[in-house]
Amino acid sequence: MNYLKHIGKYFMMLKQVFKKPQKWSVFREMFFREIEDLGLKSLGIIAFISFFVGGVVAIQTALNVDSPFIPKYLIGFATKRSVILEFAPTFMSVILAGKVGSYISSSIGTMRVTEQIDALEVMGINSLNYLVLPKIMATVLFYPLLIILAMFLGIYGGYVAGLLTGRFFTDDYIYGIQLDFNPFFIKYALIKTLVFAFVIATIPAYHGYYVKGGSLEVGRASTQAVVWTSVVIILLNYFLTQMLLG
Amino acid sequence: MIEVKDLYKEFNGTPVLKGVSTTFEKGKTSMIIGQSGSGKTVFLKCLVGLHIPERGLICFDGRKHTELDIKQRRQLRKEIGMVFQGGALYDSLTVEENIMFPLKMFTRDSYADMLKRVNFVLDRVHLVDANKKYPAEISGGMQKRVSIARAIVMNPKYLFCDEPNSGLDPNTATVIDNLIQEITKEYDIITVINSHDMNSVMEIGEKIVFLKDGVKAWEGSNLEIFKTENEAIVNFVYSSNLFKKVREVYLNETK
Repeated sequence: MNYLKHIGKYFMMLKQVFKKPQKWSVFREMFFREIEDLGLKSLGIIAFISFFVGGVVAIQTALNVDSPFIPKYLIGFATKRSVILEFAPTFMSVILAGKVGSYISSSIGTMRVTEQIDALEVMGINSLNYLVLPKIMATVLFYPLLIILAMFLGIYGGYVAGLLTGRFFTDDYIYGIQLDFNPFFIKYALIKTLVFAFVIATIPAYHGYYVKGGSLEVGRASTQAVVWTSVVIILLNYFLTQMLLG
Repeated sequence: MIEVKDLYKEFNGTPVLKGVSTTFEKGKTSMIIGQSGSGKTVFLKCLVGLHIPERGLICFDGRKHTELDIKQRRQLRKEIGMVFQGGALYDSLTVEENIMFPLKMFTRDSYADMLKRVNFVLDRVHLVDANKKYPAEISGGMQKRVSIARAIVMNPKYLFCDEPNSGLDPNTATVIDNLIQEITKEYDIITVINSHDMNSVMEIGEKIVFLKDGVKAWEGSNLEIFKTENEAIVNFVYSSNLFKKVREVYLNETK
């Protein structure tokens, strides 16, 4: 019953969020601030992780296809598929759920317990619309770019791994990544990213906005937000994969 | 005038306000006092619309708060300024941006006009050279002043203050009290202060509403509080020896 209550409250929150901003100039200012906080500041970690994960995937694949009957270009092919279909959209979204989710939840939660949200409400401002909508817009518009970057860096990481370890030839790798390219897979990854970006912005916002108590509760809400965002991403990934590729 | 009639509020079946009725007049600093847990903050939050009462009427110059539609309520809220206990300043904004925030949201003024207004209210609360500082970089007293400046920047008709002196030293507390009273007189607004600082009550409480266990137990002025025989308020206000002596001296002098 409690879960149903939270789901209902979450959708009630979204109803308030998706209202016309009270002042477009203020919304624009908030939007660009969120692009910086939620997007640009995540560039480094996304670039770092995707590069090394791509490298690890390539090395693991090379180790597992160590047979003269399996062509070596399959290493590049498998790395490309893994990175585009799962590692970039899903794995990076889970990373972002941790990094950005905890930030959103704790910043909104702190605003709640220090009465900053009450101050907005007293002024006659729709606090949910003011605080959450720019975050949703920023994540939904910026995360596809981050994920595309993660795809490139992941595949490049595999190439560099081949170059440095000598476990496979880079020519084979390049042939593999060009082989049987299906543009729908990019579309599939971006559709998943859009859904995950929405989840990353809204679930932590829900946990932060409705927090009650003090700093301890803000910390708990932050943890809960990361856990639930990750769970929802994994579940949605399952359903979206079945719907789009099944 | 703000008219409150039979205000009733409960949380999870536990009543916090049990039918409070009172009025607050223009140009006067009214104070709500009472022990912790007496319902002061809930009462104030009902007045500003942060809590919806289960029963009762709140009337702002003839406008019944509970009967207003969203647009009217939003309009009314623009006429309300509030000073929160902890200041409730936005951490990510500078002092100047904090005060400019309501102007940005609700006016079409140019940046230069907004800045002029910000500097005017900062000057009014006697705060200089703080424009570019962040809330974390200024003292508690300065934060309260910024909070007052933000509350008055839109020329409100109603000013609500939730324990504006909490955590301040006696000198700064007196400065803040006097500032609130000056602003009330100067702009002829209705000011309601929630406090349990007896110095403030005696200093600026032109009307005092004493709440006890969610009920209005006494109402009067800071002068009447010396003469009252009401046991509940006497026990609350004169709980310290200093105030007991002050009362004795006052009563002996006025005999």
